[in-house]
Amino acid sequence: MDKKTQTIKRFSKLFTDNSSRIENNSAGLINSYRGDAMKQFVELGIPDRKNESYRYTNLDPWFNADYKSYFVPGEEDFKAAENFECEVADLNSYDLVLLNGIPPRYNGTLDGLPEGIWVGSLVEAAEKYPDLVARHYGRYAQNGKDGLIPLNTALASDGIFVYIERGVTLTNPVQIINLVHSDRDMFVQHRNLIVVEDEAKLPMIVCDHALSPQKFLTNAVTEVYVGENAHFDILRVQNEHNNAAKLTHTFIHQEKNSYAVSNNITLHGGLIRNSTYHRLNGEGAGSNALGLYLTDRWQHVDNFVSIDHASPNCTSNQLFKGVLDDFATGAFNGRILVNREAQKTLAYQKNNTILLTDDARMDTKPQLEIYADDVKCSHGATVGQLDEDAMFYLRSRGINKDEARLMLMFGFAREVIEKISTEALKIRIDDLVLKRLRGELSRCATCSINCDK
Amino acid sequence: MEKEQDKILNEVTSGDYKYGFYTDIDMETIPKGLNEDVVRLISAKKQEPEWMLEFRLKAYKAWQGKKMPQWAHLKIPEINYQDIIYYAAPKQKAGLSSLDEIDPELLETFNKLGIPLEEQKRLTGVAVDAVMDSISVKTTFKETLAELGIIFCSFSEAVREHPDLVKKYMGTVVPYTDNYFAALNSAVFSDGSFCYIPKGVRCPMELSTYFRINAANTGQFERTLIVAEDDSYLSYLEGCTAPMRDENQLHAAIVEIVAERNAEVKYSTVQNWYPGDKNGKGGIYNFVTKRGICKGENSKISWTQVETGSAITWKYPSCILKGHNSSGEFYSVAVTNNHQQADTGTKMIHMGKNTRSIIVSKGISAGKSQNSYRGLVKVLKNASNARNFSQCDSLLLGDKCGAHTFPYVEVDNQTGIVEHEATTSKIGEDQIFYCNQRGISTEDAIGLIVNGYAKEVLNKLPMEFAVEAQKLLQISLEGSVG
Repeated sequence: MDKKTQTIKRFSKLFTDNSSRIENNSAGLINSYRGDAMKQFVELGIPDRKNESYRYTNLDPWFNADYKSYFVPGEEDFKAAENFECEVADLNSYDLVLLNGIPPRYNGTLDGLPEGIWVGSLVEAAEKYPDLVARHYGRYAQNGKDGLIPLNTALASDGIFVYIERGVTLTNPVQIINLVHSDRDMFVQHRNLIVVEDEAKLPMIVCDHALSPQKFLTNAVTEVYVGENAHFDILRVQNEHNNAAKLTHTFIHQEKNSYAVSNNITLHGGLIRNSTYHRLNGEGAGSNALGLYLTDRWQHVDNFVSIDHASPNCTSNQLFKGVLDDFATGAFNGRILVNREAQKTLAYQKNNTILLTDDARMDTKPQLEIYADDVKCSHGATVGQLDEDAMFYLRSRGINKDEARLMLMFGFAREVIEKISTEALKIRIDDLVLKRLRGELSRCATCSINCDK
Repeated sequence: MEKEQDKILNEVTSGDYKYGFYTDIDMETIPKGLNEDVVRLISAKKQEPEWMLEFRLKAYKAWQGKKMPQWAHLKIPEINYQDIIYYAAPKQKAGLSSLDEIDPELLETFNKLGIPLEEQKRLTGVAVDAVMDSISVKTTFKETLAELGIIFCSFSEAVREHPDLVKKYMGTVVPYTDNYFAALNSAVFSDGSFCYIPKGVRCPMELSTYFRINAANTGQFERTLIVAEDDSYLSYLEGCTAPMRDENQLHAAIVEIVAERNAEVKYSTVQNWYPGDKNGKGGIYNFVTKRGICKGENSKISWTQVETGSAITWKYPSCILKGHNSSGEFYSVAVTNNHQQADTGTKMIHMGKNTRSIIVSKGISAGKSQNSYRGLVKVLKNASNARNFSQCDSLLLGDKCGAHTFPYVEVDNQTGIVEHEATTSKIGEDQIFYCNQRGISTEDAIGLIVNGYAKEVLNKLPMEFAVEAQKLLQISLEGSVG
């Protein structure tokens, strides 16, 4: 039996042995998807490097490890979350803490949340608003080749649900803080659903942190529905330690004239894989997929982006930039698919990476797949080093080498940060990135737990 | 307007493929099918030495262990490898020494194709190795070239007369284990061209191979090996055509180039295999492995291709930049129309220090065709100061065709600078308007724009070819107004 089959067997067994435990902690609607999803997973397995979209990322060491816990965390784990504080200066946000993928169940009432918005546990929502959840759950997370998605559907018991009613606009963001904390190695899976109704506006921040030095593997699927004329903005800040792997799959389904921004800022993490899918399903929709990755040591970051232009007159933009230090490796796979109906499409894509050492490595694979003729599409990718002329310019003005290097790297990264719409957050990310580039950031400044081991 | 455009489009696309005729000559073929005995039979027919047969058999074993590659953006119908004739040769007497002994029908065929086999036509100044079906028919200017020490002959002749050279270089650039089609070719290849340029020699004329598929139900498997010693220079041309037939025919070739220190090899192709009719029936499956190695310092290999033919093209002329300061170039225009499919591009593997490569790829899709660029730029760990620039543009003429780009960039050295750019668009209405305004018809305007678009690549072709390519481009596209 080869490795792949073994892994499949192992997860099938886990599923059968624990299905009652998973299901008891979840809702009927969500449970009804599990059987088929497991079947699909058995067919696909964990994606290996033969899978074109995982060509540069090796998941084997993470999935062949033995985790002590795969499912619901214990009561005591929730308590630990209370210690955590993540403050963004001057940022008024509605915070929700998820510990090991499980949100607290308190009926969707966050402090000070305005009318028309519901933020809380998906399981709770499935019980309270079954029709609403049924209308969207499992509809957008479609990728026939990635076994991690059905694995999540089969095994994840809960996650967050955000619902914003038609016409309601939120100025301050909803902040989801994803914590992993345990005294045992853990495999965490959670499943999120976000519904932005027509003409609504929802900004969101997701922060990923690991609080204890154990080995963590997170496989998270997020489905987002963005209605007509609606506006959705999601910013993910990833800051986990080197023994943590984070696999995220975000599916953003956009209706007519909607606008959605996804931004993945990776500061730290053993292995990070962000798959972002924008489906432009209605005419006139626009999307912006952004990413910034700053990695060192043995870290690996892989950004996969798929923009599916299914309707005419849509616009999409991709901008991914990164700096790789030490032995870090990076991968980028951006895909623009323009369907035959999607005339008058404008789609752009850019990926720039700076390698700081000879041991750092970048693999980039920008792709265009175009079936309509009246389009303007372009992509550009570069891999290189800091500009010598710019370096000389700074040095000749008396700036020392390290400082000049830092300035150039920061300037390079700034292009992505600039696109963040919330001012307070922009300042905060600026600060984080600067610290990261200085090598000072190993954890968030306000965090009381030292997780950099 | 729309209707008129459609009309023109129809006229052009239903226009005859100029080279679609069939010559009725005496052929020697072997039965259909592929097995070890067939491999032995081919080898025996060619009176090959034992080492050659061994090479073929090893390749055949390797092929059996391989699966047809599925990764390309192509829909390839199942190919029945047992339904193909692996050896077909025009019957001729052994040991031709003068043109008079060639079957006049055969000569006529090549004359019709505009390939000068008569050495009297010195004006053209191109030495030709003509390959029909499986067999090299005639190599011109052999004697003139021999005076300079240049060896230019058919592959079988090279196996017989220069076994040391063939042994030394064959399979070093494209090993028989390389891929499915390379293994197939290595097992059953029937002929091809061999070219050796000795040290310090600048080849005075362009060398050329002309491939012609004639017989039905056959596959063509030829092999080209080019060796350029230190400080030498060679410009090599390749052309190909086939008769119009309803069934598909397989062409799986290998081209290997070795460039030693300071050597420069320019390899230009105008690929015009029969592309099938406008309903996508028939046409050649063109699955070719082309690769060159810049072995020595300062060596240079340049690939230029104009791809207009074939029902399906699967072709990635590549450069391995092993020598320090070596450079590789790839210039391509790929045109697809009707139901044609092309998945083509290049690989630039930077191994040596200060190596440079440039990729310019222009795709043009019309009709219901699918045109993909697929390329790899790889900078290995020790390849410091490597530099690459790639530009891949696609032009769409029509709303039923597709243009795709799949570049791979893998950089493992911080001093490397790799840039990739790609754009996809249709011809700007403003551009056409500008031409219309100056009295140029839409039809001509498109020809003008497409030619301008492809100019960067066409300019790299040798003169004789550039003219042909330009015409070909016009024929393939005129009227494909989207």
